[in-house]
Amino acid sequence: MGLHETGKVIFDYGREGRAAGAQLPPPAPEPSDLPDTLRRRGRPALPEVSELQAVRHYTRLSQKNFSIDTNFYPLGSCTMKHNPRACNALAMLPQFLGRHPLAPPGAGQGFLACMHELQEILAEVTGMRRVSLAPAAGAQGEFAGVSMIRAYHDARGDHERTEILVPDAAHGTNPASAVMCGYRVRELPTDRNGDVDLDALRAAVGPQTAGIMLTNPSTVGVFERHISEIATIVHDAGGLLYYDGANLNAILGKVRPGDMGFDVIHLNLHKTFSTPHGGGGPGAGPVGVRETLLPYLPIPIVTHEGGRYRWLEEADCPHSIGRMTAFAGNAGVLLRAYVYIRMLGQEGMVRVGEYSTLNANYLMHRLQAEGFELAFPRRRASHEFIVTLKREHDAYGGTAMDFAKRMLDYGVHAPTMYFPLLVPECLLIEPTETETREEIDAFVDILVAIREEASRDPEILHEAPHTLPVRRLDEVRAAKELHLRWSPETG
Amino acid sequence: MPFIPHTEPDVREMLAAIGVEAIDELFDEIAPELRTGQLDAIPEGLPEMAVTRLMHERARAEGDMLCMTGAGAYPHHIPQAIWQLVGRGEYYSAYTPYQAEASQGTLQVTYEFQSMMAALTATEVANASLYDGASALGEATLMAVRANRKAKSKRILLPRSVHPRYRAVAGTVVGNQGLELVELPLDVETGRTPLESVDSAGAEGAAAVVVPQPNFPGCLEDVDALVDRAHAAGALVIAVVNPTSLALLRPPGEWGERGADIVVGEGQPLGIPLSAGGPYFGFLCTRKAMARQMPGRVVGRTVDTQGRTGYVMTLRAREQDIRRSKATSNICTNQGLMVTAATLYMALMGAEGLERVARHSHAGAVALRAALAELDGVEPVFDGPLFHEFAVRLDGPPVAEVLDGLAARGILGGFALEPDYPELGNSLLLCTTELHTEADRAAYVKALRELVAG
Repeated sequence: MGLHETGKVIFDYGREGRAAGAQLPPPAPEPSDLPDTLRRRGRPALPEVSELQAVRHYTRLSQKNFSIDTNFYPLGSCTMKHNPRACNALAMLPQFLGRHPLAPPGAGQGFLACMHELQEILAEVTGMRRVSLAPAAGAQGEFAGVSMIRAYHDARGDHERTEILVPDAAHGTNPASAVMCGYRVRELPTDRNGDVDLDALRAAVGPQTAGIMLTNPSTVGVFERHISEIATIVHDAGGLLYYDGANLNAILGKVRPGDMGFDVIHLNLHKTFSTPHGGGGPGAGPVGVRETLLPYLPIPIVTHEGGRYRWLEEADCPHSIGRMTAFAGNAGVLLRAYVYIRMLGQEGMVRVGEYSTLNANYLMHRLQAEGFELAFPRRRASHEFIVTLKREHDAYGGTAMDFAKRMLDYGVHAPTMYFPLLVPECLLIEPTETETREEIDAFVDILVAIREEASRDPEILHEAPHTLPVRRLDEVRAAKELHLRWSPETG
Repeated sequence: MPFIPHTEPDVREMLAAIGVEAIDELFDEIAPELRTGQLDAIPEGLPEMAVTRLMHERARAEGDMLCMTGAGAYPHHIPQAIWQLVGRGEYYSAYTPYQAEASQGTLQVTYEFQSMMAALTATEVANASLYDGASALGEATLMAVRANRKAKSKRILLPRSVHPRYRAVAGTVVGNQGLELVELPLDVETGRTPLESVDSAGAEGAAAVVVPQPNFPGCLEDVDALVDRAHAAGALVIAVVNPTSLALLRPPGEWGERGADIVVGEGQPLGIPLSAGGPYFGFLCTRKAMARQMPGRVVGRTVDTQGRTGYVMTLRAREQDIRRSKATSNICTNQGLMVTAATLYMALMGAEGLERVARHSHAGAVALRAALAELDGVEPVFDGPLFHEFAVRLDGPPVAEVLDGLAARGILGGFALEPDYPELGNSLLLCTTELHTEADRAAYVKALRELVAG
């Protein structure tokens, strides 16, 4: 037992009357002009700690996290690549941090110049006509994209289109976003090679089809080979194609969504363009469109006219689907992506697609050679691939969850588990291009070692992790007791 | 190669292990006609030192102005410790805490954040963040429709005194889900929402009434009466608040007889830089009984197999990765790193620090309003109580010209109200915080006097 045992929250370090003195403004008099009925009566229960106590507590908490900076993090579909420090430092120059969102264009052109170039570069690398940087995350980009599909059909008086097609293996955000745009979702099956089932697609399209949402390479880790046929089928039925950019990293610089026939796309800058994941966000989810959808792009958008940059807003874009956030989206994240893109350049972008694909295929072949079962053994990996541990589960009783938890003991973050749902006991593994071959080889050794442990003593896996700050946590109890906050009365 | 560690022998041996000759063969499932040609519009890559020079040039072009504009984004002092800690790789480069045992740092920070937000707003629970205050309002209206099962409609009463951008974003978010956003008028004499408008606009049968405090034109609403009227009509109440103001003003959980049901707002004032509008974060707090209707992630406390305290994401059955088309929202990635910063901000400031920030901000605005009232051609639009923003009307030169003149003097001089509120005429919304000194206020008064006097 010590002063810092596990389980202490910041509030536990407080003492009445203690404060981080230097960080506070000087004392201020009681306001006299606020009516009593509007005044707060008691003080909120916030911590009363010194600067050192806060710094120490949050430093120690940080050490309980796995992160890219500290661990191999092959979390499939999340693209946990290195986050270059220059991107962070240069986006945090004081003039950028101090820029008020409502500052007039004349107050500073530097930020707007970066945003304009970012729009242009993203449009070029995706093959789209124009890009809006407004959406704050991938899911908001999906929402914006599907809203544009809806605006397009509405503008044509085509109100019978009530359905969005989504493959059964899609990210959950796809159906959820379609519903937020007022659509019904119709799921499409995946064939045994990982492609969309074309017969099912032909049977599903019709005058009710507003569009299809596709991720390519898909969420099962392979490139959708029939993409041109899919585009023809959906377009012939009067629907539009939406591209979920979650897996763009695999094909960056190699194939463009615009050339595949997509009408509208979103990008995850926190995946492909290396902005930090931040423990859950912030991300950024710019959207790009073909000519036909131009009028509907979300605002604001930066334009360059007569040598000056300015925002296009409501008056300039009367048919826009509107604003996504109060101001200009996650501007600081956009700046980080801009710096990253300028460092990569056109050659660097092509290499992202190439080396993320090389690493994934190498890792896939090494695991296959070690006897692990692949979900789609006859396919190339994209930047990720699926291993199924069904055989190990049947033989030793260890689940994909057990394998994943045991990996934590070996110091690697677990891959994505149990997604997509159609492959049993699966791990979706994405090494990214910034990992060395040695790191990938070490990961193979770890999986082999864990399988050996499973065959010898499956309890080691069941009870993992053994070496982390906590052992396996009771999620059922968390949901049942619903303890969502500390309070002075109950702790 | 930037950020790619492969040596030539690495590549050769890896390709041999795969059984191909060249990297390009790994793309052989892609039809040749789809392959990308030259990406001419993308510039050549730059080394770090060149991009550093470029970004410093761009930053210098931003200039450095005295910021007296608020309107939803507020300059405050941010203790140095915050962003040094937030920049630690363990926070910065981790992702969503899907593996709870390997993410106890992020999870406990989020739990502490939820505790602090619940305390500040006097509510029972908070979620782990939404994109910003405006999108949080949109999500809150959807949540209210789900939660208010007795309501006969999907009608939401939305005062004109709510930030115009928040109203616009809420319209975007809910536009295709059959919600009806009904505007409540602004009383141009008091700057408040007329109480009777709640009934006349149809609170009876509505799912919720939105109540801002302080409101966008800088006035303080009669929150008790608005909340009680809404509740009497069977509507829920969605409060939209500035978190700093809650150190001085009555927290929404205590408004009226029963308190607001859902509380949302912009978290930016809690340690987040202005940064051209983002990333910020939206917060959403509510009653425990309504927690299952919340959008977004939530962290709960539990125990491990040894009985030790730990934290996990909970109520997961609301979320899109589990419930897909039946989720409470499509949100996945949130604003986690901003929440980390806000948690540190509230820990360092404490109740005492936050109250000092609020008092200084308030006192500065009161003093500036009084000083401007002395100028010829300038009059406060409203004379009631305020928090740290207020409106002034200018006789004579149009506000747009005055703002240009102030900008030429290095002052970001306020937000022009007329485009959004024509009924308020040639007026300007101003803000002060603890950052503004008496000299700053005097400089503003002097500049405005020169410009208005012409």
